[in-house]
Amino acid sequence: MTNSIEEVLDNDAMFVIGSNTTENHPVIGTFMKQAIRRGTKLIVADPRRIELADYADVFLQIKPGTNIALINGMIHVIIENKLYDRDFVDKHTENFEELKKVVKDYTPELAAEICGVDKEDIIKAARIYAEAERAGIYYAMGITQHTTGTHSVMSLSNLSLICGNIGKEGAGINPLRGQNNVQGACDMGGLPTDLPGYQKVFKDEAREKFERVWKVKLPSKVGLTVPEILDEAEKGKIKFLYIMGENPMVSDPDINHVKKALTSLDFLIVQDIFLTETAELADVVLPAASFAEKDGTFTNTERRVQRIRKAIEPVGAAKADWQILTDLMVRLGHDKKYSHPSEIMDEIRSVTPSYRGISYDRIEVEGIQWPCTYMKHPGTKYLHREGIARGKGLLMAVDHRDSAEVPDSEYPFILTTGRLLYQYHTRTMTGRVDGLNKLAPESFVEINDATANKLNISNGDKVRLTTRRGSIITTARVTEIVDEGVVFMPFHYTEGAVNYLTNTKLDEHAKIPELKVAAVKIEKVGS
Amino acid sequence: MVRITINGVEYQVEDDITILEACNRLDIPIPTLCHDERLNPYGACRLCLVELKGKNKLEASCTTKVRDGMEVETHSDKVVRTRREILDLLFSNHPEDCLTCEKSGDCKLQDYCYEYGVEKGSYLGEKRDYSIDDSNHFYTYDPNKCILCGKCVRVCDQLQGTSAIGFENRGFKTKVSTPFDMGLAKSTCVSCGNCVAACPVGALLPKRKIRYRAWEVKKVKTTCSYCGVGCQMYLLVKGNQVVGVEPAEGKPNNGLLCVKGRFGYSFINHTDRLKTPLIKRNGKFEEASWEEVYDLIVSKIKESKAKYGPNSLAGLTSARCTNEENYLFQKMFRALIGTNNVDHCARL
Repeated sequence: MTNSIEEVLDNDAMFVIGSNTTENHPVIGTFMKQAIRRGTKLIVADPRRIELADYADVFLQIKPGTNIALINGMIHVIIENKLYDRDFVDKHTENFEELKKVVKDYTPELAAEICGVDKEDIIKAARIYAEAERAGIYYAMGITQHTTGTHSVMSLSNLSLICGNIGKEGAGINPLRGQNNVQGACDMGGLPTDLPGYQKVFKDEAREKFERVWKVKLPSKVGLTVPEILDEAEKGKIKFLYIMGENPMVSDPDINHVKKALTSLDFLIVQDIFLTETAELADVVLPAASFAEKDGTFTNTERRVQRIRKAIEPVGAAKADWQILTDLMVRLGHDKKYSHPSEIMDEIRSVTPSYRGISYDRIEVEGIQWPCTYMKHPGTKYLHREGIARGKGLLMAVDHRDSAEVPDSEYPFILTTGRLLYQYHTRTMTGRVDGLNKLAPESFVEINDATANKLNISNGDKVRLTTRRGSIITTARVTEIVDEGVVFMPFHYTEGAVNYLTNTKLDEHAKIPELKVAAVKIEKVGS
Repeated sequence: MVRITINGVEYQVEDDITILEACNRLDIPIPTLCHDERLNPYGACRLCLVELKGKNKLEASCTTKVRDGMEVETHSDKVVRTRREILDLLFSNHPEDCLTCEKSGDCKLQDYCYEYGVEKGSYLGEKRDYSIDDSNHFYTYDPNKCILCGKCVRVCDQLQGTSAIGFENRGFKTKVSTPFDMGLAKSTCVSCGNCVAACPVGALLPKRKIRYRAWEVKKVKTTCSYCGVGCQMYLLVKGNQVVGVEPAEGKPNNGLLCVKGRFGYSFINHTDRLKTPLIKRNGKFEEASWEEVYDLIVSKIKESKAKYGPNSLAGLTSARCTNEENYLFQKMFRALIGTNNVDHCARL
């Protein structure tokens, strides 16, 4: 997030796209609802009529995979009606003419046709966003999990830049990160291209800096992403895989492929708190301590580095992940044996400019938001305050492109996926909480009532869903939440797992799979 | 700034604040059951009454703004007598089950009755006799213990934005209820438990698998391990078990939680937890020692590296683990194994 969570209350307008905030970031959802009561205008764009749609001034029920067309349509309206911030565009952006040229074709009529919405609603949304003094964009994986994910993010950036909605309190671009420490895992270099602090492995200067501190020669070749690792494992090129706290056998697209990949390995280690579906396939399973059994820090979606604290001893012989890693590293020749996570944070600080001012002492009472570049730095509430970080905001003219799979006569519906309030990711934790399982016990598919009627499907019927990758049986939930032609499934469940069906096609830049769009066939079981 | 005199001492305080806020900032204790600084002032419980010089009527300090020259008595005889009367009225219509009440030790009504010497209710007569709503999976509502402070209703409405509950009826029959009194399970309640956290008495209580008294638990502040909001909360610990969760004030969650953070903790001490390292032999997992697995892993790393080169190894680090752990994981792969094949589920 360029802004802070509390700045939700400072927005004059919010544009929520591809985020079911009240279910997936519930407490941010409550702040949004508080803001609406104070008069903040709300635009919601989503293939489903999510709870926030009920509060929206404009709700755009777009077809999955049409984000760019919608945003380009809004930019078209904003430019045509001269609602953009000319002064900001002149001073702080580049490539405006190119953007203007590309969005010229995206008339509200065309955008409305691609997205399957009313053109008047696109015009209204554009006006609300552009006319707000301070507007915030909030998005999640409805934007990113597409083969056009990177371009979708760029188009949101275009929208925000031309309206000068960046670098201000209560105005910015706010990706809502899904997992407790996905922000921190990225910050710490849990990426094949990046050393801690987004310092690139292929840049000599960055690598040399780490080589000096770590006293070892580092590889310069960019590594593989998760989907690439699985592909290479299936081909027999990756022999050894160490998985810490992940469950790709439920979370990753095309589970048949994931299983083939994992079983092709010479050696698989899984380190987790439960014997997950993935751990079942491992050669060695390491019992890890839960978050309640260790000290450390998580970095939240607003870049705030916060403490977790050891409340109980690890169960059985389980050990904190940092202890397991320290033990292994010493055996692999590492020269340091850390005795507490604060020592690791001290090392992180020494090599990561954005964390340089963060120590356990400083975050004892309240977390600090990076960038925090020296020990007295108060942290950064919102980004780009002193101007756009790269100098000038680069407007990236991008076109709408169809999803990798579009419906056809054999697979006539669009399948999209998401999450539920009462479950979390692959249910390793929430699957063991009775009350949550009573509220959200099993896999289901949401089907529009008109579609269900045509297929002779009633609420509660067992249905078979088939894509080019697999087939599963689940329970039909007949509803008006989704439009005709679109069906939705939560991905949490092992039984009736939607990821047997999802597409592995990747966004070429970010290598994110297109989990939000697959072409699917639906049949009533027994018919 | 304005000058006010409280209990004979003169203070300079900000203008446009209430007497209660001024007293809170000055560490002058004033009892209240309905006040929550996150909510609009409500003035329901009347316990925060104070005496103002020149005024015959006592004023609720939570709804009265400070004025220059104001002279306030927070504990005059009249004030204390009135507070005792209010507590007596409340306790007269309250079950006298403090011995077994789960809220005992953490109950504001109990604390104030103790402080003001209310041992039992002196208004003998009809008491409420409602059934307990235990239809929600995570908490119960006992209307007989409710003091009608309205905090739950206002939190659900003003902060949570769900408005699942409201008041029904008038006077003695006033009750917090769901629409048509259909019960919580059939309401729009999303089980966030923010009402439970706000309840000053034992009317709204979390369902507990393991029972505990308030004084038996240690509270450890931590960060929620579910989504990326990073809510601050306390783990309630009894022995070596996490027996509950309470929200923490301040950034980023302002004392709010969702159903998972608040009630989704029982996985921690679940019997399914992995408790020992496992090695698969002939297709079956066998328990092993840490030394054994470490030796095996190190030999496999060396073997794979020697035979196929460092890029035949890969690691998935975790968005669920700490910064420190992610840092070590990528350092191990880059510096000790020699590959950049490190990624995690940021895309999933």
